[in-house]
Amino acid sequence: MPPSHLSHWGLLITGDPLIYGADASIALASIAIVYVLTKYKKWKWLWDEWLTTVDHKKIGIMYLIAAILMLFRAGTDAELMRTQLALPNLHFLGPEHYDQIFTTHGTVMLLFMAMPFIFALMNIAVPLQIGARDVAFPYLNAISFWLFFFAAMLINISFVIGGSPDAGWTSYAPLAGSTFDPGPGENFYLMALEITGIGSIGTGINFLATILKMRAPGMSLMKMPLFTWSIVATSILIVYAFPALTVVLALLLIDRVAGAHFFTITAGGNPMMYINMFWIWGHPEVYILILPAFGVFSEIVSTFSRKTIFGYKSMVFSLLLISLISYFVWAHHFFTMGADASVNSFFAIASMLVGIPTGVKIFNWLFTMFRGRIRMKMPMLWTIAFIPCFTMGGMTGVMLAAAPADYQYHNSYFLVAHFHQVLIGGTLFGMLAAMYYWWPKVFGFLLDERWAKWAFWMFNIGFYVCFEPQYVLGLMGMQRRMYTYPSGLGWTDLNFISTIGAFIMGLGFIFLVWDIIYSIRYGERDLTGDPWDGRTLEWSLPSPAPHYNFAVIPHVTQLDHWWELKQQGRQDELRPKASEMRPIHMPKNSGKPFLLGLAFFVVGVGFVFEWYALAVIGFLGVGALLLARSFEAHPDYHIPVDEVVHTETALGRL
Amino acid sequence: MATVIEHAHGHPVDEGEHYVPLEYTEKDDSLKIFGFWLFLTQDMVLFACLFATFVVLRTHIGNGPDSESLFDVKGFIEETFILLTSSFTGGISTFYMRKKRAIGTVVWLLITAALGAAFVSLEITEFLHYISIGATMQTSAFLSAFFTLVGTHGAHVSVGIIWMISIVIQILRRGITPALSRKVFIVNLYWHFLDVVWVFIFTVVYMMGVIH
Amino acid sequence: MKGKQQTRRLLTYAGVGAVATVMLSGCGAQYQVLDPAGPVGQQELNLIVASVVLMLIVIIPVIAILVYVVYRYRDKPGNTAPYDPHFSDSKVLEVIWWGIPIIIVAILGTETVRTTFQLTKPPSNATPITVEVTSLDWKWLFQYPDGHVATVNYAYIPVGVPVNFVLTSDAPMNSFWVPRLGGQEYTMPGMAMTLWLQAAQPGVYYGHGANFTGRGFSHTTFYVTAVPMDKYHQWIAHVQQTAPALTQTDYRQLSVPSVIGNETFSSYPTGSFENTVLQDGGKYMAESMQMMSKLHPAAGSSTMPSGMTMPSTTPTHKTGHKKHN
Repeated sequence: MPPSHLSHWGLLITGDPLIYGADASIALASIAIVYVLTKYKKWKWLWDEWLTTVDHKKIGIMYLIAAILMLFRAGTDAELMRTQLALPNLHFLGPEHYDQIFTTHGTVMLLFMAMPFIFALMNIAVPLQIGARDVAFPYLNAISFWLFFFAAMLINISFVIGGSPDAGWTSYAPLAGSTFDPGPGENFYLMALEITGIGSIGTGINFLATILKMRAPGMSLMKMPLFTWSIVATSILIVYAFPALTVVLALLLIDRVAGAHFFTITAGGNPMMYINMFWIWGHPEVYILILPAFGVFSEIVSTFSRKTIFGYKSMVFSLLLISLISYFVWAHHFFTMGADASVNSFFAIASMLVGIPTGVKIFNWLFTMFRGRIRMKMPMLWTIAFIPCFTMGGMTGVMLAAAPADYQYHNSYFLVAHFHQVLIGGTLFGMLAAMYYWWPKVFGFLLDERWAKWAFWMFNIGFYVCFEPQYVLGLMGMQRRMYTYPSGLGWTDLNFISTIGAFIMGLGFIFLVWDIIYSIRYGERDLTGDPWDGRTLEWSLPSPAPHYNFAVIPHVTQLDHWWELKQQGRQDELRPKASEMRPIHMPKNSGKPFLLGLAFFVVGVGFVFEWYALAVIGFLGVGALLLARSFEAHPDYHIPVDEVVHTETALGRL
Repeated sequence: MATVIEHAHGHPVDEGEHYVPLEYTEKDDSLKIFGFWLFLTQDMVLFACLFATFVVLRTHIGNGPDSESLFDVKGFIEETFILLTSSFTGGISTFYMRKKRAIGTVVWLLITAALGAAFVSLEITEFLHYISIGATMQTSAFLSAFFTLVGTHGAHVSVGIIWMISIVIQILRRGITPALSRKVFIVNLYWHFLDVVWVFIFTVVYMMGVIH
Repeated sequence: MKGKQQTRRLLTYAGVGAVATVMLSGCGAQYQVLDPAGPVGQQELNLIVASVVLMLIVIIPVIAILVYVVYRYRDKPGNTAPYDPHFSDSKVLEVIWWGIPIIIVAILGTETVRTTFQLTKPPSNATPITVEVTSLDWKWLFQYPDGHVATVNYAYIPVGVPVNFVLTSDAPMNSFWVPRLGGQEYTMPGMAMTLWLQAAQPGVYYGHGANFTGRGFSHTTFYVTAVPMDKYHQWIAHVQQTAPALTQTDYRQLSVPSVIGNETFSSYPTGSFENTVLQDGGKYMAESMQMMSKLHPAAGSSTMPSGMTMPSTTPTHKTGHKKHN
């Protein structure tokens, strides 16, 4: 065995220059943030405008910033991994460190990058698309964000203090149990996911209630934008899948800290139960990750082809069908766990069936473009890049669904290539397309196209160079989660090429960040609120929208109401009239969601290090904050009409 | 000219038109009740997972006792009777709430909470007894699953008791406002839900555990 | 940038990438999954090929339509292609793109189910050899009921005869994979799973663990050597005569997390495989118990095989050993 690099000094992790470098960066960044806030006297601003906000638009911005930061963090993990794998028998990262890095890479990318990116889009777009003033439960919305934030803090400090989880993002028992993996590392994983999971469930409930109950008058379900429909489907998946995660992680935690026997080898524990319950959540989770992207693509294809979406009814039906079937395929994640032939056959067929409505959507997008007028703006470029990439990923998905064939793909680089292709080509491309699309609405300026194109090409080329060789590596017998590999099996060349691709993708990310920085200063300002000649209600508002969104709630009569009005020259009907204004009922800001997140963080730290007094204090804090909220008599206020008139006049709308 | 309709904050329905229960009279409160139903369906999935775990592991007794030798029929029948009665008394509190009778609401909420507390204390006694004879969560998978499933339910009931008391305090301060009518309704929804879960626990864990 | 140029650029990169991938990887490499050395791997490969062909029926039109549409319907002044902003429905098209995928799934599904059932056990006209496999941290123990010998990190099997690998783990879940012979299957504590593999020609076949088991996982390599039947028996006889016995102490030593080389033993304690399965929770796994009693009529019951004492519920070698060297 190669010697271990990592060790402890108390709780601090030592022994690796990379970790020291990270420690230094964290310390420097924290000092810099505190310094800037103090120098420019922005603490009150931070508290009043951001830490206590219940405004969905600001919550969306916070989720977006978090997602991009986490993309950087988990992307760095990936670059480290690919560096270690560039050549055989390297010891840039020892096995323990590598194991921690691939675990956090997966965990952060899926739960702390992709999920917040989706929540960002939900918050930014859905209330505006349905003509609402906010979500159904703004206070809960804030709680969901802060739970996510503090959970992200928890998982991100783990490699500095106590050690990161190292059993894979799936954290299978019995490997992840206390017998084989003692210490705080796995506990970080469990607590962080529990806490963010509660936030996610809150978001699912919130958006289901919002969309079902708060649409503008006249907007029946079949006149809703398809992005909103995709969020209905996503929210259903969230609400009915995340509880399974809450339970399975809680049981593993109880095993680890209380010595129970749910998933242990002795005293009757059943590790296969962990795997089943994990994937009962895990499969709907990946559909949670892709359906919003599908919704985004529907909006973008339609807008940038200047054409009504093809097959609206079929698109809605396929969204719901995918959601339904996704609950019946979970065992395809462990075909090789020895279920009998009839069980594997059922799950194989169900897994193939779920590809059918997905394929239908692709054809509907293609035929939306057919006989349209396509404008190659950044959102459309990302959408066009998605189609071949994700379709190929879907193809390998159906290949994986053929259970006997999966016996040769499972846990190999073929699988790794497949899921990266659908997650990057599907989810990430969708998130980036949406970012370029809705950015002007959120911030009031567009992202510069030149730098965006550099990011786009680097990222796309880098993706194919990185991941297509990995399919071949899988067919050559290379397993996943290996920190190194021997020479002589012919794996070296493809691994080296794959590493080059990873670094090209990293370059793409740098261009993306530079684009944002550059555009803050030099980006074209969005003066009309409708930079793309859009179709849905959010484009009828100024950019950024006023904090109450709509001065007067519009009455909707058709799909793509805003677009159709513009075609008939009737767009002024959506400009508010002072005579129709009423006082607007709004929720008050509150510091309790932030504090609730903090209290959960304390609970998390308590369980991670098994300092139960701390966990109890944290729980008491949670209880106290919940009660305090319950006792609040007036958590809301009204914006008087004069103020609305004043704001709308200043925006040039009256 | 298209008409534009404003979302009014909410207005009570005129008396004499079709009856709307007090807790639904404000749009905001209706929305919160709907959201709470969604929360309950999620909690249903949570308990379903705990039940599934229990059912898979119920025969995995290791070196410890099985359910037949452990459970006391009288004990869990008592618990059941108390909890089911408390659901009924909770319903009475809703009845008084809809009549805007603050004292009636408070009294019956407190009775419900008291019955809930009796249930929880019986359950704690039961758990302590098992622990004293060496049947702990660490003994076997069956016991891990039992304590977790029944304990999670008990924890939910405990939260409900504190919640009810907080609502009682608020009613004593402010009377039956629309917001408080909604809170009374929701805590009773929660309570009835826990009752339904208990019926399943009674059946799947205790009855099936002692009948062979 | 003009759309035509963009599309051409995209295709060029894709083409170059594809060719480069194939060429650079072609030299001296082993595409193990694509080069099966036995009937199981061959059937799996047939299914793989079928799935690729069927999927191409969808992929190729998708790419073709995309290229065409992006090229033809650009929003350029002077583009004479028809512009039909409300063309959003076509029953014919819906029937085609629901119908053809349904047919494809029906075909692939049928093939999949057929192959799934077919590969559950070897054909009944041959007598299989049994090899018991125990995955440990971070090594593989092979026990041969015929001949009663044991090896670590390598195995011998006869050519042309089905081999029933009976899999268990005395450590976290791993997965037993010999890509050139066929697909993998999980090794799980307390379970005894069968995996049928067969070598059609002599050779030395690379194998590796395929489910992450911690620090030493990358080193869970093993090799399976297939030799003609007479050579196989000769090998067993040779081992019986020359190698040391595997004692309980030796087994405990093997259970200590470590990476070691090959080892050979002329005998092992009777019933040690069954004992491993039982002590790791096997008595709760009805199918595993059934399966073991079929293989060994004397064992697989709750009475202990001869020569063994039942360890306590928490076996001593299973202490937290993640950080040791």
